[in-house]
Amino acid sequence: MSARTLLHQADITRALTRIAHEVLESNRGSAGLVLLGIPTRGVLLASRLGRILADIDPDFDPASVGSIDVTMYRDDLSRKPTRAPAPTSVPPGGIDGTTVVLVDDVLYSGRTIRAALDAISDLGRPRAVRLAVLVDRGHRELPIRADFVGKNLPSAQHERIFVHLAELDGDDSVSIDSLSTNPASTDPASTAQVDAAAGSTTHGRARP
Amino acid sequence: MRHLLSTRDLSRDEAIHVLDVAENMADVATREVKKLPTLRGRTVVNLFFEDSTRTRISFEAAAKRLSADVINFSAKGSSVSKGESLKDTAQTLEAMGADGVVLRHPASGAPHVLAESGWIDAAIVNAGDGTHEHPTQALLDAFTIRRRLHGGTQRSSDGAAAHGTARGRDLDGVSVVIVGDILHSRVARSNVWLLTTLGAAVTLVAPPTLVPIGIDTWPVDVCFSLDEAIDTVRPDVVMMLRIQAERMSAAFFPNTREYGRVWGLDDARTARLAPDSMVMHPGPMNRGLEISAAAADSARSTVLEQVANGVSVRMAVLYLLLAGQGEGL
Amino acid sequence: MSAHEHDYVIRGASLVDGERTDIRIADGRIAELGTALSAAGATAIDADGLLALPGLVDLHVHLREPGFEQSETVLTGTRAAAAGGFTAVFAMANTSPVADTAGVVEQVEALGRRAGYATVRPIGAVSVGLAGERLAELGAMATSRAGVRVFSDDGHCVSDALLMRRALEYVKSFDGVIAQHAQEPRLTIGASMNESALSGELGIPGWPAVAEESIIARDVLLAEHVGSRLHICHVSTAGSVEVLRWAKARGIDVTAEVTPHHLLLTEDLVAGYDARYKVNPPLRSSEDVLALRAGLADGTIDIVATDHAPHPAEAKDCEWGAAAFGMVGLESALSVVQAAVVDSGQLDWADVARVLSYTPARIGRLSGHGVPLAVGAPANLALYDPTASRPFDVSRLAGKGTNSPYLDRTLPGSVRATFHRGYPTVLNATPLAEETVSASAEHADRAAGTRGTE
Repeated sequence: MSARTLLHQADITRALTRIAHEVLESNRGSAGLVLLGIPTRGVLLASRLGRILADIDPDFDPASVGSIDVTMYRDDLSRKPTRAPAPTSVPPGGIDGTTVVLVDDVLYSGRTIRAALDAISDLGRPRAVRLAVLVDRGHRELPIRADFVGKNLPSAQHERIFVHLAELDGDDSVSIDSLSTNPASTDPASTAQVDAAAGSTTHGRARP
Repeated sequence: MRHLLSTRDLSRDEAIHVLDVAENMADVATREVKKLPTLRGRTVVNLFFEDSTRTRISFEAAAKRLSADVINFSAKGSSVSKGESLKDTAQTLEAMGADGVVLRHPASGAPHVLAESGWIDAAIVNAGDGTHEHPTQALLDAFTIRRRLHGGTQRSSDGAAAHGTARGRDLDGVSVVIVGDILHSRVARSNVWLLTTLGAAVTLVAPPTLVPIGIDTWPVDVCFSLDEAIDTVRPDVVMMLRIQAERMSAAFFPNTREYGRVWGLDDARTARLAPDSMVMHPGPMNRGLEISAAAADSARSTVLEQVANGVSVRMAVLYLLLAGQGEGL
Repeated sequence: MSAHEHDYVIRGASLVDGERTDIRIADGRIAELGTALSAAGATAIDADGLLALPGLVDLHVHLREPGFEQSETVLTGTRAAAAGGFTAVFAMANTSPVADTAGVVEQVEALGRRAGYATVRPIGAVSVGLAGERLAELGAMATSRAGVRVFSDDGHCVSDALLMRRALEYVKSFDGVIAQHAQEPRLTIGASMNESALSGELGIPGWPAVAEESIIARDVLLAEHVGSRLHICHVSTAGSVEVLRWAKARGIDVTAEVTPHHLLLTEDLVAGYDARYKVNPPLRSSEDVLALRAGLADGTIDIVATDHAPHPAEAKDCEWGAAAFGMVGLESALSVVQAAVVDSGQLDWADVARVLSYTPARIGRLSGHGVPLAVGAPANLALYDPTASRPFDVSRLAGKGTNSPYLDRTLPGSVRATFHRGYPTVLNATPLAEETVSASAEHADRAAGTRGTE
């Protein structure tokens, strides 16, 4: 496998710090701000983002970071083996009237975000929903756009993008791999990978 | 596994996976919108050859919360002749495009036969077959025990969710006493396999007439005295089974008074249980026979939790069998 | 028309004692044995490597006619018998109407004679309507043209001890025998498999061994007390073998049969709820199977009988609880016996001739069958190839029922040809057409009649 590393740890930290500033700027402060990470790595990114926000703006409430599982809302459930859903956890005050910032690692087809929007509407009625992603690799299949992007990485559909985060994978990196002959040779349990063929983000299958 | 036919077939990991998914489903039940779009366009048939309103509405609620279309088919008392009815009905449901069939049947093994017959392609969920198994009841019992011990999702008044530590846990070290008509109980059988698979120690308590031949090959202890079981096992869980009046006429025991006196969970026995122990019953209860009213309504009783958890567990089972490409649990 | 048109010369067959011989069949009898017999004018049959067995006799089959012709008829049931190498069968009485009068048994006997595939000897019911209350007209059936000697309520146990005693006593006057279906009814209410750890696990009501053994124990003592002849149908448990061994040692006049399926199959097969394995008495444990094989080998069990029980497909294509009891067994019997007790060395082929031909004919007081192949003996015989081992499939079934537990199971051996009263009913392992066989039977009857007047 010939993976090229595109972002290193410092790049990722810089990108998240910039996104934190942009979020505060667009929200005119941290009032009514809720971060919801999309499992698995979106949850880790949301909690990192929450810590950075709290450092920048002491008014930011660290408890307003949660997670939202979108498995039950996906439109490709019947085309794939059954996925194991992850917990959803919403900040104590709920999301009604708040500005929800969805956080995910890679934006690709947009279908995950579509599912997340449906999931949010079953949890409450936010004032606004924004989207922050570490990487936007293009190839959208739905009219969805990120508000805050760490890095735009134009890629070909046959390429795979791997996001590693230290909490789960031991290191921080974003890499690209154009090998597509034998996907089984990668280790799906330790990497977040973008499945080019199915056009959706797969976050390390819980069950082999 | 494409079907859920018995808990005997479940490995520890598979069982824990079902219970973990059920935790997610339980979270949904606490939301304002108690519905998921997950099984939109899928058809679930509740095929009941035996009356059981409780089990049927539990499966119905589970399927509807997952947005499946639900068809209730009660075959009892219909004109289809015995024997041919299962095959004919299955082929009819296949023609109607059923994706899942929840089957309750008086004949042991009927779900196995349906799953292997080739009459129908749908995923089969055993909702109780004769005196064989009732796997979703055991799963909801295990779920209830695990939540009581380790905590599920707690939601405070302002809607905040705090996740307990139940996820991923088994039942290692938990002692369970199951009391009653073991011979005819599908609930007992499913619980024996599932609870022991999850690591619990199970003791069966019954009159000798209601213990199956060959019980020594089961992974359980057997005791003929409830008093002795309470005092020696010091159970974390006492599960009372419903006693059927017709067993008396078949001379399994002299009368209900004697049964209640020896094998019923009366107030005195309840008082001897550890304060944090659980009293379970699959329902419907014969208050005053196998369980006293005080025991049924005490803080130890999990009876209503079992009902609520039944929907979550059945949602998990339907999700795992029907949402994916068809490889199931 | 040649005088030898109906003659056959079988070339190079082995007898059960291993001797290799040609067999000439003429006028319904074995006309000649020896090597290099002349086949002039006769039809020659190459039997190189084949075993020549005396025509098999089955003391326990269900032919279903009259009343249940959708399951089997006398014609189709005897065709299945011929396919299995049988030349005589005893047809159980649980037809509709029940074979409890001379009229019914004569009808069954006549249907068998007309079809011609095998000699049919009806079994009479012990009690009126198999109800277990009043004795049927045993004497009338015994003196009818059907010449009934075996009486049984098979399917039901004669559980009333007094009725059993009376029946045992009554049949002494015409040398009859009561064949008991040993099943204590109160111990087996709703039961449909062996009572064991497995039945407890599967949630299927169990049929305990003691329900069989207690009836056998009672009946051997009754037979001893009244000095009568008793036969026990389909013995299925190790305990029953013990009781029988004790009774025989005591000198009680009891005989017993075991089915091929109880010699080969065990209750484990029920675990998948496949109704093909639902049978009464039920399949038992492997310990029981071993005890039955040993009992057959040491003579405690006298014979093998199939309990051939055909059912329409829908009676088995359903859930376990709703399915009918029973298996077809005529076509597979010899192969199963070979697999269970011959290949293991417990029985040799001479023993097979004893348990599947000589002794059942003797118990049923059937003449003309169950005699060693010798010059002058009636030409009832089967040619069997014990070498070929292959999957048993529906093409081997010649009756109406397809409820065989052996489908897709590999079994040794195959019946290549069967001769009944000197004419072939099976050639090239295929039953002959019913018109051919009934014409042969008619010819044999005429020839016998002619000889009779000479």
